[in-house]
Amino acid sequence: MPRKAPVLDVDAVLDDEGTRIIVCCGSGGVGKTTTAAALGVRAAERGRSVVVLTVDPARRLAQAMGLSELDNTPRKVAGAEGELFAMMLDMKRTFDEIIEAHADPERARQILTNPFYQSLSSSFSGTQEYMAMEKLGQLRRSGDWDLIIVDTPPSRSALDFLDAPERLGRFLDGRLIRLLSAPAKAGGRSAFKLLNAGFGLVAGALTKVLGAQVLKDIQTFVSALDAVFGGFRQRADQTYRLLQAPGTAFIVVAAPERDAMREASYFVERLAEERMPLAGLVVNRVHRSPAAALSATRSGAAAEDLETRGEHQLTAAVLRLHAGRMQLAAREKREQEHFASAHPAVPIVQVPAMPEDVHDLTGLREIGARLAGV
Amino acid sequence: MRDTDWDGVRLHVVTGKGGTGKTTAAAALALALAAGGRKVLLVEVEGRQGIAQVFDVPPLPYGERKIAVAPGGGDVYALAVDPEEAMLEYLEMFYGLRRMGKVLTRMGVVDFATTIAPGLRDVLVTGKTSEAVRRRADGRRVYDAVVLDAPPTGRIARFLNVTQEIAGLARVGPIKTHADLVRRVVASPETAVHFVALLEEMPVQETLDGVAELRAAGLPIGGIFINMVRPALEELGQVDVSELVLGLKAAGVPDAPGLAESLAQEVSEHAHRVELEKRERETLATAGIPMYDLPLLADGADLTGIYELAEAMREQGAA
Repeated sequence: MPRKAPVLDVDAVLDDEGTRIIVCCGSGGVGKTTTAAALGVRAAERGRSVVVLTVDPARRLAQAMGLSELDNTPRKVAGAEGELFAMMLDMKRTFDEIIEAHADPERARQILTNPFYQSLSSSFSGTQEYMAMEKLGQLRRSGDWDLIIVDTPPSRSALDFLDAPERLGRFLDGRLIRLLSAPAKAGGRSAFKLLNAGFGLVAGALTKVLGAQVLKDIQTFVSALDAVFGGFRQRADQTYRLLQAPGTAFIVVAAPERDAMREASYFVERLAEERMPLAGLVVNRVHRSPAAALSATRSGAAAEDLETRGEHQLTAAVLRLHAGRMQLAAREKREQEHFASAHPAVPIVQVPAMPEDVHDLTGLREIGARLAGV
Repeated sequence: MRDTDWDGVRLHVVTGKGGTGKTTAAAALALALAAGGRKVLLVEVEGRQGIAQVFDVPPLPYGERKIAVAPGGGDVYALAVDPEEAMLEYLEMFYGLRRMGKVLTRMGVVDFATTIAPGLRDVLVTGKTSEAVRRRADGRRVYDAVVLDAPPTGRIARFLNVTQEIAGLARVGPIKTHADLVRRVVASPETAVHFVALLEEMPVQETLDGVAELRAAGLPIGGIFINMVRPALEELGQVDVSELVLGLKAAGVPDAPGLAESLAQEVSEHAHRVELEKRERETLATAGIPMYDLPLLADGADLTGIYELAEAMREQGAA
């Protein structure tokens, strides 16, 4: 454990009735989904009524949580103690549902069959983040659970998740959209002429670059959408505020490697800027040695000594192995200390590396116990 | 000319699950390909400035610049493709619309291309990459090879399958024409898509899924770089504690209580891991494509480490 860092008391976060949303975030491949699932299992066992919203779980983890069905609604996790529900986000379906809920059938059909909508709603950048937030908002408003645990999308960078909804909202509310939707509203492309010369030029360039058909599709889509929402951005703002509200706890997940810890640092700073409540940092896959009393240097020297004398070759090999492990542990500790000295107030908890991936509730329970430091 | 597994390949696309060390492997591959006096361009497309971090240089601008010298001469150039700049360049190159491009940027058209319609974004960045592959000066190719640090495995087929991705958006028109051109480069035998994996269940599964997806899309598959391979001391097997006690004594290690037992436990954990890794390696081999081992770097992926990985790639015929 890095010397100065306070310890993250996971049970205190889970037990606090005031904690209504936990967001697990971090760069890809650090075990976010597993952490979210383990927190869910533990919280339910401790008496909370929990729903875990995951975005892209590994197949066997999904099975462990009973997520074989992709129906975009929470299902009770079979075999789990307490009130534990889980769901996997179906981004296209979530988007479709928003459209269906807010548009009359004819307009909904127009939007849903538009090629531009189909590309947008099944794309991976931006939409997934936005739909995860949308779903979070829905679950929160339903009031059916007193704790929602969200696993954030596997973005290229942890920060995408905070920016994407805002960007999508800003775009749909922006000048370009006004420009694009104007002609359709006025009943045809000739309406461009009504706008000033600058806009006309832009429209000409767009036609040249995108092609007339694409432009027309976009216009149809945008005007249909515009009529339905009348404030996409407002929605994005609402979800954003939900994340700033007391009752939300961010848990940043990392692995003890340079890139992942760097991402974690950025994220911690960014959360502070956005005034979003950070509970602490979970460092997964930490390597420890059961024989930590024997240092890497000492172990390596002893191995070398034996090798030189040509004695006890088995012991020498064991000492080499141990030296390697201690070296790895030391490197991981350094990475964490860099983080801790830059963010001395951020509570940290470490989860030791497990020999195998987790694919059942027993495994998740074990991770949960390690998260809670017991 | 060396005899390598990928002679004739000029575009090396490197993908991998998050956390597998994709950027590190791409950087090492660029160095390995450049070794012996060749000129290689290393391209990143996700705006992370990962290449700059690996080579410990300031953030890269949108422009090709030399960032490393390979063993035996040879240069590695790097380019961080910014979709916005790529779009402006595209507008200028094909339509002579540089100034208009700036207006479009201000109006949010670029936000549109990058955030809202990832298909367009991908066409732009793969387009820029394939332009570098094809580029000639004085009748010669400017780069002997181009290495693309591509998006993660989960997105790679969509990313490369540009024609498919924009099919719904544009069936005809300039974007479609451009996508077709890009597709010809990406799907040609001069391209290979390599995977970076770890000997763990999820990265292995994702690699196999990715290979299957690329096969289905008719895209050219390269090899698998198994990253962070730790030496396996299989012969250790079960360790006799009393033998260990004697050995430790002979080596003059102070006799801490339980030390021998703890070390024996460490050995058995190691043996368990070796067993699991063996299983994962066998699973990975079912992909039926060449595999290369990249050693775990004791001090992490710093510049020295990248050269070490490049050497390992050359020794195994990957470059």
